[in-house]
Amino acid sequence: MKEARKMAAIFLILVMIFSLAACGGGGGGQKVSTTINVFNWGDYIDESVLTDFEKEYGIKVNYDYFATNEEMYVKLKSGGTDYDVLFPSDYMIARLIKEDMLHKLDFNNIPNIEHIDDRFKNLDYDPNNEYSVPYMWGTVGIAYNTTMVDEPVDSWNILWDPKYEGNILMMDSQRDSIAVALKKLGYSLNSRNEAELEQAKEELIKQKPLVLSYVGDEVKDKMIGGEAALAVVYSGEVIAIRWENPDIAYSIPKEGSNLWFDAMVIPKTSQNKEAAEKFIDFMTRPEIAVRNAEYVGYSIPNTTAIEMLDEELRNDEVAYPDLDSLDNCEVFEDVSDVIEVYNRIWDQVKAAH
Amino acid sequence: MKRQWLAAPYIVWMIIFIVVPMLLILFYSFTEQTEYGIRLTLDHFRRFIDPIYINVLLRSLLLALACTVICLLLGYPMAAILASREYSRKKIMYMLIVLPMWMNFLLRTYAWLTLLERNGVINSALSMLGLPSLDILYTNEAVVLGMVYNFLPFMILPIYSVLSKIDQSVIEAAQDLGGDNFTVFRRVVFPLSLPGVISGITMVFMPAVTTFVISRLLGGGQFTLIGNLIEQQFLSSGDWGFGSALSVIMMLFILASMGIMNKYEQENGGALW
Repeated sequence: MKEARKMAAIFLILVMIFSLAACGGGGGGQKVSTTINVFNWGDYIDESVLTDFEKEYGIKVNYDYFATNEEMYVKLKSGGTDYDVLFPSDYMIARLIKEDMLHKLDFNNIPNIEHIDDRFKNLDYDPNNEYSVPYMWGTVGIAYNTTMVDEPVDSWNILWDPKYEGNILMMDSQRDSIAVALKKLGYSLNSRNEAELEQAKEELIKQKPLVLSYVGDEVKDKMIGGEAALAVVYSGEVIAIRWENPDIAYSIPKEGSNLWFDAMVIPKTSQNKEAAEKFIDFMTRPEIAVRNAEYVGYSIPNTTAIEMLDEELRNDEVAYPDLDSLDNCEVFEDVSDVIEVYNRIWDQVKAAH
Repeated sequence: MKRQWLAAPYIVWMIIFIVVPMLLILFYSFTEQTEYGIRLTLDHFRRFIDPIYINVLLRSLLLALACTVICLLLGYPMAAILASREYSRKKIMYMLIVLPMWMNFLLRTYAWLTLLERNGVINSALSMLGLPSLDILYTNEAVVLGMVYNFLPFMILPIYSVLSKIDQSVIEAAQDLGGDNFTVFRRVVFPLSLPGVISGITMVFMPAVTTFVISRLLGGGQFTLIGNLIEQQFLSSGDWGFGSALSVIMMLFILASMGIMNKYEQENGGALW
């Protein structure tokens, strides 16, 4: 019987641990100190600013990562989360607004919004700038290793050139990869036309044997290590790659590309809107924005902060191109009405052999 | 029977973490959310009948099969060496096999990534020796290599545990009756070790056919296996119906192969688990 009692004790302890853990996770309001849950892209912040925020405001930050907008959306939609701040991109923000999943922000709590360049306010995804504060922005283009590519890189077609078989890295991200194929074909990257999308699928399947791998954040290590000649990347990655490998150059193909904005929003699941707004304000503070920009390399929309940036970074045309020169770039729009087609196409591209 | 209640925690555990999720998967796979509520449907299964998806399933089965065969070919001799009484470094050997399992499986797979890269450790070593470089990352071979590496202990250990329990007098008797080494192995040792072989096969084949991490890391998204397809439905497409249907199909295959294995095991007697 002694053994049985021991087992029962162990079981009770387990139950207690689990119920305590459950309280910790979902408690929310009644706790003494405030906690906010932040959900951001991987490798997209100087994490030391989180500690500074915790010290200054006495608010604890739980920080979590996602790899694609779609992954973030599914996690949010399936419930059971209580995120307070998200960092989605333009088209995903439009979708979240449409589906009534975001809180309107109280800009009295975000006075640092004044540092944001007016050109980054009232963009199509949030026309009255009620829901979002821009965090970083950039373009999509081709990063290439100048020791491995001799010809000029100015067209998406180079990614279909058999010469570079096994030397091409594509993005493991549905919207971004389909956009490359659509642009190559001369279509809008917001196409809702099924025939155009089918053509894009055929292009991607045709390209597949040439592709070394479909990657996410690993693209940085791969390009730094010279594992591939060409890669489709977000412009900000190039800055970080060049810090380690100066042979990498960047080009926005002439067919046009994607101009994107990532912004901070507060989902309706937030238990702590005011603390979340404090966090957004903190992230928009010029000194903090500078630290993030100098750590991750991506471009910030914060005028005051840009002036404080390291001169080399501030004058880098990859990071801070003349916005007017990006005429042929489009911003993603929400295509959730035809999202099944996008999902199916991407499934089939990934599964093709 | 009076201590039956001791099983209660485990039964609760099983219901919460095994039975309920399975029922949920079944439910999702046969239903569809429409504007008018939930309705029964076979659409998710019908969608699977597409050469692209069938090929993914076939590829998964084929790679898992290749992995199992290689594991068996490598694992059986290894287990036999471990079990042989003459071998003095048995303990060290055993430790070396078990030790990697104490490390996180993901870390070990990431390690292969840096080993196999074009400018990775293996290729640097090869080029230093003046040998041609090996370019196998993001190919079928790399995926199978990763599977074999990760699952080999699951083949060795059950075979070893059966082999080491074989009564030596049985082998001596066979030898006394004039059997040469090969005959003794073929007629006595191997049949007696079959339960271990079968449980090894099951323990390697099941995780190999469902893996998605190994194919994701070492296959570079080039080699979608059924596990990746399921992951994609749940994590990025948000199509839980189709994802569940794929899981159900996968489970049917696993149940079928377990059924075959079980039947075989009963005929031969002596189950290990």
